[in-house]
Amino acid sequence: MSYLSWAVPVALLMGLAGLGAFMWSLRSGQYDDLDGAAERVLLDDNNDDSIAADRAVPRTKQRACK
Amino acid sequence: MSCCAPGAAGSLEEANTSIPPDAEVMLVSRRLDQGLMQTELSIPQAHCAACIATVEAVLQRLPGVDSARLNLSARRVSVIWDSQSPVPPMIAALREAGYAAHLFSYEQEASDPELGRLIRALAVAGFAAMNIMLLSVSVWSGADESTRHAFHMVSALLAFPALIYSGRIFYLSAWTALRAGRTNMDVPISIGVALAFALSLHDSILNEPHAYFDAVTMLLFFLLIGRTLDHVMRERARSAVAGLARMMPRGALTIGPDGTRAFRDLRDIVPGDVVLVAAGERVPLDGMVIAGSADLDASIVTGESTPTPVSIGEAVQSGMLNLNGSLTLKVAKVAKDSFLAEMMRMMEAVESGRARYRRIADRAAALYSPVIHAVAAIAFLGWLIASGDWHRSLTIAIAVLIITCPCALGLAVPMVQVVAARRLFEHGVSLKNGGALERLAEVDIVAFDKTGTLTLGQSRVVHSIVEDQADHMVAAALAAHSRHPAARAVASTQPAAAAAVPVDDFREHPGLGVDGWISGHHYRLGRIGWVGDFQLDEAEAEESVVVLSRDGRPIGYFALADITRPGTVTALSTLRAANIDVEMISGDRKTAVCAFADRLGIASWQGEFLPGDKVARLAELADQGRKVLMVGDGLNDAPALAAAHVSMAPASAADIGRNAADLVFMHRELTAVPAALTIARRATVLVRQNLRLAVIYNVFVLPIALAGFVTPLIAALAMSLSSVLVVANAHRIPGAASAPAAQHMTGRISPGLEQTA
Repeated sequence: MSYLSWAVPVALLMGLAGLGAFMWSLRSGQYDDLDGAAERVLLDDNNDDSIAADRAVPRTKQRACK
Repeated sequence: MSCCAPGAAGSLEEANTSIPPDAEVMLVSRRLDQGLMQTELSIPQAHCAACIATVEAVLQRLPGVDSARLNLSARRVSVIWDSQSPVPPMIAALREAGYAAHLFSYEQEASDPELGRLIRALAVAGFAAMNIMLLSVSVWSGADESTRHAFHMVSALLAFPALIYSGRIFYLSAWTALRAGRTNMDVPISIGVALAFALSLHDSILNEPHAYFDAVTMLLFFLLIGRTLDHVMRERARSAVAGLARMMPRGALTIGPDGTRAFRDLRDIVPGDVVLVAAGERVPLDGMVIAGSADLDASIVTGESTPTPVSIGEAVQSGMLNLNGSLTLKVAKVAKDSFLAEMMRMMEAVESGRARYRRIADRAAALYSPVIHAVAAIAFLGWLIASGDWHRSLTIAIAVLIITCPCALGLAVPMVQVVAARRLFEHGVSLKNGGALERLAEVDIVAFDKTGTLTLGQSRVVHSIVEDQADHMVAAALAAHSRHPAARAVASTQPAAAAAVPVDDFREHPGLGVDGWISGHHYRLGRIGWVGDFQLDEAEAEESVVVLSRDGRPIGYFALADITRPGTVTALSTLRAANIDVEMISGDRKTAVCAFADRLGIASWQGEFLPGDKVARLAELADQGRKVLMVGDGLNDAPALAAAHVSMAPASAADIGRNAADLVFMHRELTAVPAALTIARRATVLVRQNLRLAVIYNVFVLPIALAGFVTPLIAALAMSLSSVLVVANAHRIPGAASAPAAQHMTGRISPGLEQTA
């Protein structure tokens, strides 16, 4: 029982860290183009600028169509 | 150049398709901060790393382009450019590199805050469910009493945030339904989840053996998967009418009685005002020509394939494109009475009609939830009367709610639709809403538009009697100066001519042709009577021939024909083999429609149909109990696309046509239509199978729950098993049979019928 009192919280904390990482990756648009991410490894010029440019685009919540 | 870029053979043909004018690019672009504009282009052919490199490099080289990034999953590139510079020739540059690109408007797919909310709720529920399951497994495998108590309390701690954060999506929906005096699937879910949590918490504090925290969170997790997928598939807000409004020019150049020129807002222009329409512009308002003459391209308005020459005294409709010459119009109708506005009203009227269709899932849910409530209530009362034990009766009622809860039912439909949408995408078809898939499966007759749908809406030289190669170059050079479709077709036979042969004193004569001086000779290219008589082959009709003359003497001619969309013959025979009737509804002249229908073997056709007639024809078919799939592209098809049971448009369609259609096919081949039908039918079969599976599952577990034998372990097993079964079944939709790229090539090279008509 005594070892459980620290093993369980450690397991939960690790789970929480995973959840946090997922939320972060979701927010930073890492799931926007899964196919592209797989193919981009093959490109020579490792140009990450465009990702930054992408993110500079404000994701407005406006929906033109009501 | 690379594995995927089509070769030179393709680029010539692509060059014929019209490139949208800069104004349209501006309209669909979004203005960003710091003087930047963002344009989205759809590139259906992009599919590998080499495509990414080529597309991005081509675009970034253009002057004014700040950055370009291709999203390979969506086959879409977003280009950010400087709004100070002129519109970069993005589509032309991509075409040169071998990629067909289409404008993509933001309204079609704005970023979706609701989806983000669902995914976050899903992540929290997943986290809680997995960790609680970890603890529950130790409890089930025989933890001692104090450990069990501790684990149950930890589980309660984990389940609580999931219950509040992830569960609120169901509570909100249930509350909305209850307030409106209805009930939906979310009502039993909300009651079941909340009661099960409360009871489990009560039992855990009293250190009872069973707690249902795992079932509660797992239920939320599974249902949220279904909900998220369903949201992805759900009908996207239709922006058809908004799209149409954007196609209408915003203003026009008017000439006052004193000769002053002013650019005025369309709404301020009244009948009797005088408006100028330059070459390349669309007619802003219905009116009458009082000066000038020009050829007007009405293909998008009426579906007529050959441009009509207009001159003084003739009436013109708004939306027609002025190909050459400049026109002065006297306005006859104000903006809100013009053709485009009328089209908009017509669409608004018919769009409300389709909302009556109820999706299979909704129908199932409406049947399901009262039954579940009744069974749970009966279980509670029955056990209360039989045993008098409140706690036990409540536990059983909750077990009934939880275990019969439509885990599989919630997944059954969206899962199939997501897989089907994926398969359709592999065939180059993008689906705008899940309901369309069900409607598509019911189709028993397909109505095709002609111009732009069965044909590519562009002329092409089928053969020419111009002996001398130099004369041929001259003809192409002359033609290259004109915007007329016939001239474009002649020019595309010798793409290098425009640069190689200089033309002096070029003039365009609307409705007749073009002339100019080249190396000391006077050349004319155009209509047969104007250029000079020429002995034609019997097969040629006058309007599809362009004659060339040198110094007044005819020296040859070019015979033109509208290009049939590749894959048309295959598509039509596949449809017939599947016992689906085919009908052609066109706004073009009856003679042209008849000849074309004959060649394709379409027995049933209608010509010279106005947009209202098309809608009326569809209504007539619907009254006979037919389910019509409308395939069309023009502005004149838009009301029909909105009115049909289900509709499809090619990616090359007018913005408005694409918006009004349920499905859009990206590749040029018409075979996308039967392919989509096959997938839709298969998907509907699987949806029904999945719903049946869900019912069978309930028939098995309900007695167990009613008898009070459901332990948390059994609930977890039953729920997971049924969900896995339904998901696995959804994947049985066959994939893309043949690579679209291969079809692309065969469609292009095959001679005869496939290409010309």
